[in-house]
Amino acid sequence: MLDVTAIRKDFPILSRKVNGKPLIYLDNAATSQTPQQVIDVIVDYYSNYNANIHRGVHTLSQEATDKYEAARHTIQKHFNAEKAHEIIFTSGTTHSINLVSNGFASLLKKDDEVIVSALEHHSNIVPWQMLCEKTGATLKVIPMNEEGELVMSDYSALLSNKTKLVFVNHISNALGTINPIKDIIEKAHNVGAAVLIDGAQACPHVKPDVQKLDVDFYVASAHKMCGPTGVGILYGKEEWLNKLPPYQGGGEMIAEVTFEKTTYADLPHKFEAGTPNICGGIAFGAAIDYMNTIGFNNIAAYENELLAYATKKLLEIEGLRIYGPDASGSKNKTSVISFNVGAIHPYDIGSIVDKLGIAVRTGHHCAQPIMDFYNIPGTVRASFAFYNTFEEVDTFVDALKKAVQMLS
Amino acid sequence: MTIKDIQNEIIDEFSMFDDWMQRYEYMIELGKSLPLIDDQYKTDDNIIKGCQSKVWVHAEMKDDNVVFTADSDAIITKGIIAILIRVFSNQTPQAIIEADTAFIDEIGLKEHLSPTRANGLVSMIKQIKMYAIAYQTQVK
Ligand SMILES: Cc1ncc(COP(=O)(O)O)c(C=O)c1O
Repeated sequence: MLDVTAIRKDFPILSRKVNGKPLIYLDNAATSQTPQQVIDVIVDYYSNYNANIHRGVHTLSQEATDKYEAARHTIQKHFNAEKAHEIIFTSGTTHSINLVSNGFASLLKKDDEVIVSALEHHSNIVPWQMLCEKTGATLKVIPMNEEGELVMSDYSALLSNKTKLVFVNHISNALGTINPIKDIIEKAHNVGAAVLIDGAQACPHVKPDVQKLDVDFYVASAHKMCGPTGVGILYGKEEWLNKLPPYQGGGEMIAEVTFEKTTYADLPHKFEAGTPNICGGIAFGAAIDYMNTIGFNNIAAYENELLAYATKKLLEIEGLRIYGPDASGSKNKTSVISFNVGAIHPYDIGSIVDKLGIAVRTGHHCAQPIMDFYNIPGTVRASFAFYNTFEEVDTFVDALKKAVQMLS
Repeated sequence: MTIKDIQNEIIDEFSMFDDWMQRYEYMIELGKSLPLIDDQYKTDDNIIKGCQSKVWVHAEMKDDNVVFTADSDAIITKGIIAILIRVFSNQTPQAIIEADTAFIDEIGLKEHLSPTRANGLVSMIKQIKMYAIAYQTQVK
């Protein structure tokens, strides 16, 4: 079991006040908080060895390069990628997806089909719509059901030898649904299609094994897993990364440049044009180390208990409806509770609980198709991390009751 | 009354509240009680889509003054709309163009007028000003 009291001491922000009340941070699915161990790494970088990487012979540049590449190895090991150069540093999930979708512009032709799910974040919809516009390929959608799960029989029916690419999130940010990605990947491979998994929401809770999953592309953001904003990764199988053309041109990504012709650098540099977020990459490595020290099994076990407890307490509120899978808190979802109370607008609830020091997300969570499916303007979303406590759940539920009383 | 007078009146009213909860309760009352717009004007043409809440605004000229009606799907947003309408409606285009909204800070509702709130209110104020400018040109 986790020593949450000790863990909370690692996070300086958790002791601040908001509107005169102790902060209760329940917007972890948007961005997680940063432990001192990671903050120290950031401070150390700028205090001691800030320099450009891969280009200098001087000591600072060498130190920065070594640490940056060490972080790549940490990330490789964490995701169990076969090779370090299959890990591409990006500015985050959105950037990673755009990198792949842009690359596929030269690989797709008219009448090819690509498949998305109804549960996606806009980041995993819009780049592919743009790709389809560019190439004439057709976008097909795996529908969802009332429980917020993908309808897998419909998925099977959508697949054919026209299917070139499938992109689905590992875990839905709006509902917390854990999607059956192993099955999705296998079925796609049976028709020769590649698969990109958006792991932005999964990585704070589980440790994906990209080789076991046999996934072609897996993308994630550091800021959702105790790391800094503006950095993330694209994992790609070597053969796929070699097939894709570079995304951006610039320094770092070249082998040789003349005005007649440029030859591109090898992986991973081919996709890392320009000076990257060096400090961010190093801190991402530190964040992964931090989470692994706590242990993903411990994290999942604790968060599941917190989820079950919060679900039970919330459902005691009259008129409260939870959207998504198994509202009683099953293993098939992560610690995200998306809900509404009667006809009360999520904005109103969010505004009032903020006054009570509680941070929740309200709105469509960049997943408008899901809101349209349920025919609602949005939801209130409380998302829990391993540093949240049962007492915080109680305070949140009390604040919510207060809000409901004021608003009804 | 001039816009400034109305704003001062509102500041006076809000100064009687001791804490945020009373202010919010008052706004929620305003939001609940007022029919703010005729249903025929709740059209897609009049909608301002914030990420968080929707706002509808309709304007017409009556005896040299602009009359605004508006609505929102969120009650707190609607309460603030009620306050904004009290300030801006039934004023001349010129007065509306010249007015500011600093009083919102003074009554402790500043966060609701931040563009990052994406509740449609900032766009609503812009829209109110645009209507005023449009009617101003008509008058001339
Ligand atoms: C499922 C999912 N995909 C993509 C993103 C976008 O991530 P980023 O903003 O870090 O690029 C998010 C973030 O909210 C997400 O939850």
